[in-house]
Amino acid sequence: MNAGNGERGTGNGLSSAARAEIRRLMAQFPEPQSALLDALFVAQEEVGYLSPEAIRGVAEVMDLPESEVTSVASFYHLYHFKPVGAHVIQVCTNLSCALNGCGRILQHLKTRLKIDVGQTTPDRRFTLKTAECLAACELAPMMLIGDDRHGQLTPEKVDAILTRYADGRSPKPEARGP
Amino acid sequence: MPESFLLKYISEPDQADLETYLSRGGYAGLRRALSIAPEAVIDEVDKSGLRGRGGAGFPTGRKWRFIPKDPAITRYLVVNADEGEPGTFKDRTLMEGDPHQLIEGIIISSYAIGARHAFIYLRREFSTARDALTGAIAQARSAGYLGRNILRSGYDLEIVLATGAGAYMAGEETALLESLEGRRAMPRLKPPFYPAVKGLYMQPTAVNNVETLCHVTWIFAKGYQWYKAQGTPILISVSGHVARPGVYEVPLATTIRKVIELAGGVRGGRKFKACFPGGSSSAILPEAYLDTPMDYDALPKVDVPGTMLGSAALIVMDETACMVEIIGRTVEFYRDESCGKCTPCREGTVWLGQVFHRMLHGQGRTEDLDLLSGIAKGMTGTCFCPLGESVPPSLNASLRFFRHEYEHHIRTGRCDVREKYAA
Ligand SMILES: Cc1cc2nc3c(=O)[nH]c(=O)nc-3n(C[C@H](O)[C@H](O)[C@H](O)COP(=O)(O)O)c2cc1C
Ligand code: SF4
Ligand code: FES
Repeated sequence: MNAGNGERGTGNGLSSAARAEIRRLMAQFPEPQSALLDALFVAQEEVGYLSPEAIRGVAEVMDLPESEVTSVASFYHLYHFKPVGAHVIQVCTNLSCALNGCGRILQHLKTRLKIDVGQTTPDRRFTLKTAECLAACELAPMMLIGDDRHGQLTPEKVDAILTRYADGRSPKPEARGP
Repeated sequence: MPESFLLKYISEPDQADLETYLSRGGYAGLRRALSIAPEAVIDEVDKSGLRGRGGAGFPTGRKWRFIPKDPAITRYLVVNADEGEPGTFKDRTLMEGDPHQLIEGIIISSYAIGARHAFIYLRREFSTARDALTGAIAQARSAGYLGRNILRSGYDLEIVLATGAGAYMAGEETALLESLEGRRAMPRLKPPFYPAVKGLYMQPTAVNNVETLCHVTWIFAKGYQWYKAQGTPILISVSGHVARPGVYEVPLATTIRKVIELAGGVRGGRKFKACFPGGSSSAILPEAYLDTPMDYDALPKVDVPGTMLGSAALIVMDETACMVEIIGRTVEFYRDESCGKCTPCREGTVWLGQVFHRMLHGQGRTEDLDLLSGIAKGMTGTCFCPLGESVPPSLNASLRFFRHEYEHHIRTGRCDVREKYAA
């Protein structure tokens, strides 16, 4: 789903393509509510974050109370309730990454992007977050940028990676687990 | 290095392709399983001795026998692909590198319990695994390994891929089912909500870990006698201060020392200090325990309460690791991931977090050590689910083996480990 493609939503904040995708997801399950987590990602990808309109749109398509949708969404870490940058950076700060110096990497990102954890750069390119173990500890210290995994980070490597994202593209990561 | 099976083709770039998978013997185990009765499939898994690789180590065959056999009852298989235990990365590795190995295991296992729907609950961040599995499911379906009348056996199965949304708690099987039903990932009360009795949509459900199901594939590809003769393979995720972190396939009960050696030993010639043998939910062990076998029964028998094999994530720490900092980090993790349902866990982790915060910021108090032990005691045996119970083991073990580090922090307000090794 892409905000630039197809018809933008009107009343409920979701395009007809997004609504169709949510209905397709619902049809996969014996109980349609099982599609809620995935449906929220469809909305988030289209709108950029879970705006009140996006939540209302999901609730409408899935025939669920808005309060229920909000309550479920607020439980999970990967939903955004305010706008985020084009690329969300998640720096793992769990044990294996901590043992391998993730503190230094996080500090470097803060200094370079001039933002704190939870903030977005003024040009709206990057949002900086921390994450719990991302199940890629063999690459520690590591981070995700969007869906892409980057590991064995050093401050120099972080700089090189950020340049590749700075123009808005999403290059494929060169780091893959063994 | 022992020969590997589950990881055998993991680095081959074309292994995700059905043709290649078939040419390497893939789906032969499925053919054999479909040619015998479901009950006989369960028998064979029983005889293989396979135990769950998700953390609890429950015998897989026995778990499946709890599922009622009445064909009128709808049954489900749910694959736990939410891999979130700190230090664990074997499931992600298996799914990215060899997705058909998992799909084949899912089909055999679903057949064994009479499920016509299987659901994979995949951690959302695993985008590479998601693509690999989506591709493998589509290929398997068009080749007749999924869908109606699989390989003309009369057996039908659909696999649905669902993703989580970021919550460690969702890895616990009953919380996972809540999440898969589109709700907050809060655990259910056991009993009555044992998944095998009242699982997904209140129907009998087998919840199994990714690696567990990959073992099933091999048991049917080669037979349980062959499988046992391999010394019961297990995947160990080795990380931290080792020279070659990664997933290692070893016979069950290989010692911690041997596994560290396989991973290239402690990095940079440093001295070993301690390890988590089974993810952050196990107690930590110092050097004196290095010869303990990494086994379901041997680890809990050592005299450090809460030691376990868990998800077989071996996190190695050398002399440069400050134990106060490390245990403080685990406390924060459980605090942030606590679902808030019960008081000992919700409040206990917050209190512990405050004590660690002041100790690590030069404001520790003499009475803090007793306070830590007291809170840990209050959380032992009182939490609703194992998440809360995971906090005291490593905390207590660190207070026992590395008490001097806590005392130094409190007395001087500084970290001698950090000062000694500051680069
Ligand atoms: C807090 C918590 C988190 C868990 N996370 C996972 C996980 O990420 N993956 C997993 O397979 N099992 C996890 N488990 C264990 C599951 O509850 C369950 O035992 C397992 O999925 C059963 O599969 P198995 O018998 O094949 O091991 C977790 C348990 C707890 C208490
Ligand atoms: S122990 Fe923690 S995670 Fe488990 S139910 Fe209680 S509050 Fe929730
Ligand atoms: S601790 Fe960072 S990926 Fe596991």
